[in-house]
Amino acid sequence: MRIALIGQPNCGKSTLFNQVAGYKAETGNFSGTTVAFTESRVRVSGQVLDLTDLPGAYTLELGSPAEMEAAKYLDSRNVDVIVNVADATHLAASLDLTFELLALKKPLVLALNMMDEVSRLGLRIDGEGLSRELGVPVLPLVASKGRGVRGIFLKALEVGTKKTFPPTSEPLSASVRHARSAETAQKYVTQGERRMTLRDRLDDVLLHPLWGYAILMLVLYLFFQTVYGIGKWTEPPLLKLFDFLIQWALTPFVAESLLSGLVLGVMQGISAGVAIVLPYLLPFLLGLGLLEDIGYLPRVAFLMDALMHRIGLHGKAIVPFILGYGCNVPAVMSTRTLEEPRDRYLAAALATLVPCAARLAVVFGLVAFYMGPAAAMGMFLFNIFVIALVGRILSNLMPEDTPGLILEMPPYRVPTVKNVFSKAWFRVREFVVEAWPVLIAGSAVLALLNYFDVAVYINLLVRPLTWSLGLPSEVGVPLIFGILRKELSLIMLGQALGSSDFDNVLSNVQMVTYAAFVMFYLPCLATLSVLRRELGTRPMLHISALTVAVAMLSGLLVRGLFFLFGAG
Amino acid sequence: MTLLEIPIGGKARLIKTSEGLRSKLRQYGLHIGDCIQVLRAAPLGGPLLVEVNGREVALGREVAAKMLVELECASR
Repeated sequence: MRIALIGQPNCGKSTLFNQVAGYKAETGNFSGTTVAFTESRVRVSGQVLDLTDLPGAYTLELGSPAEMEAAKYLDSRNVDVIVNVADATHLAASLDLTFELLALKKPLVLALNMMDEVSRLGLRIDGEGLSRELGVPVLPLVASKGRGVRGIFLKALEVGTKKTFPPTSEPLSASVRHARSAETAQKYVTQGERRMTLRDRLDDVLLHPLWGYAILMLVLYLFFQTVYGIGKWTEPPLLKLFDFLIQWALTPFVAESLLSGLVLGVMQGISAGVAIVLPYLLPFLLGLGLLEDIGYLPRVAFLMDALMHRIGLHGKAIVPFILGYGCNVPAVMSTRTLEEPRDRYLAAALATLVPCAARLAVVFGLVAFYMGPAAAMGMFLFNIFVIALVGRILSNLMPEDTPGLILEMPPYRVPTVKNVFSKAWFRVREFVVEAWPVLIAGSAVLALLNYFDVAVYINLLVRPLTWSLGLPSEVGVPLIFGILRKELSLIMLGQALGSSDFDNVLSNVQMVTYAAFVMFYLPCLATLSVLRRELGTRPMLHISALTVAVAMLSGLLVRGLFFLFGAG
Repeated sequence: MTLLEIPIGGKARLIKTSEGLRSKLRQYGLHIGDCIQVLRAAPLGGPLLVEVNGREVALGREVAAKMLVELECASR
């Protein structure tokens, strides 16, 4: 039995031919690769078939030498079955040839090739409907992957043996045929979302070597602005509410008693959780979920990969850093998306050095307020520099054994409200279950310490540290208590020093040193508990020690710089 | 040659990678023998964006450097 493969140029006939005949026909993704026909003898389910790969032809009429060759061959008697390979992504054009082939009154199988491309383009083709309309078998094919190849030859064998002829049809004039193809294609092809073109256009901009970064900056800026905006707007009423609740809860107890101190501690712990979760964490996670579902995060990873390599990580690890500026808790949680334990550890360690909203408040409240925005900007750049430096050192200590970035770039999608919210809720729940109890317990312990008036001892305990940083011994308490709630560091500092007018009680160098230390030292209790859960107790302790060391060195460096340049 | 040497827009067939990378790539639907088209490259030594089997995958340069390819890549 002789089977002829015919199709329009670049429809993949030769690929199909090679799939069964081995690599014999020249192929290429441009028209007219096959000029002369190629023949091969192949075996399909025990039957020997003579297979001919005809040159690509848009039509059998007139045309190029290749088309005439094809027409001449098909006209000869010894072709038993015609397999018409059609580019399914351009069905209207492809059917033109199909209608011509139908008029030849030879057993015909229509193979719709590039079905993978079809689904990628969001097209849907009703193969059954098309088969009924044309009166010939229509089969899907992904010739490049060899999918559907066997089915096509089995079908060809079947119609060839049974001599199933297509329904008689009049030879149509070129224009009628053309209209008919367009009509038929329209009837059986439905256009879904055209993912590819839109996606490519978006990616042209969003992954652009210049605009891509500009847009990334803009997106991050808007993201943080929105989150902080919501936080600033929702936090004060929440704190007011809790002040009221705390007063109410304390009324049954004797003032200044141990019990009232404990209740106060527990209430403050609860309040801390709420004051972190509702104003900052929730908007952050919602925003992140939104960016994630749109499909932007992988683009961020793509853009930032080169930069992240400098600190021993790759693009995917950018997410913990972005999140870190809001709250370190989701930042550490998000390291879960990294595959290698080493990357998770490194990313978590570095993300805890990113100043969260609470620590940024200290920088703003001290440095920006008293020394101007330029100084605060300097602190910010200093932070990035330190993170990069620590990243380099750590990644040198932990040689990379990971293959690097491999990340699927998904199509852009319109996010659903339900999806974004349920994802945010899932992450908030982790915080509530894991970190909140720790906050409450820690708060109670601190209340106890407060009750027994251990401030003096605490200050004494951390005196070596505060002394070497050139800070007054009173800052010991806000530093230690700050582990519980970083956003209260500034308020507690004011309480400890007996004045919120820091200009009077601290020198410039002390303010900068304090801010530099707070920016890096020990993450808050909530972050510590998440670190422990994500990485284990030992890594948590390592990272804690690391942050203290980094904070200490940074504080000393700042102090030294001031000393050298005499600005203090 | 490696995938890194393929210009943007160029196509190549994956013929060999390291054992560890091969299984990793397989998770992303990238097999030996697949035709890979390079779509974009991020600046400053950033990753390549390639298309393979209708999917787009970002590959770090160090990954692409470990992927041996040949230029002969069949049309679809």
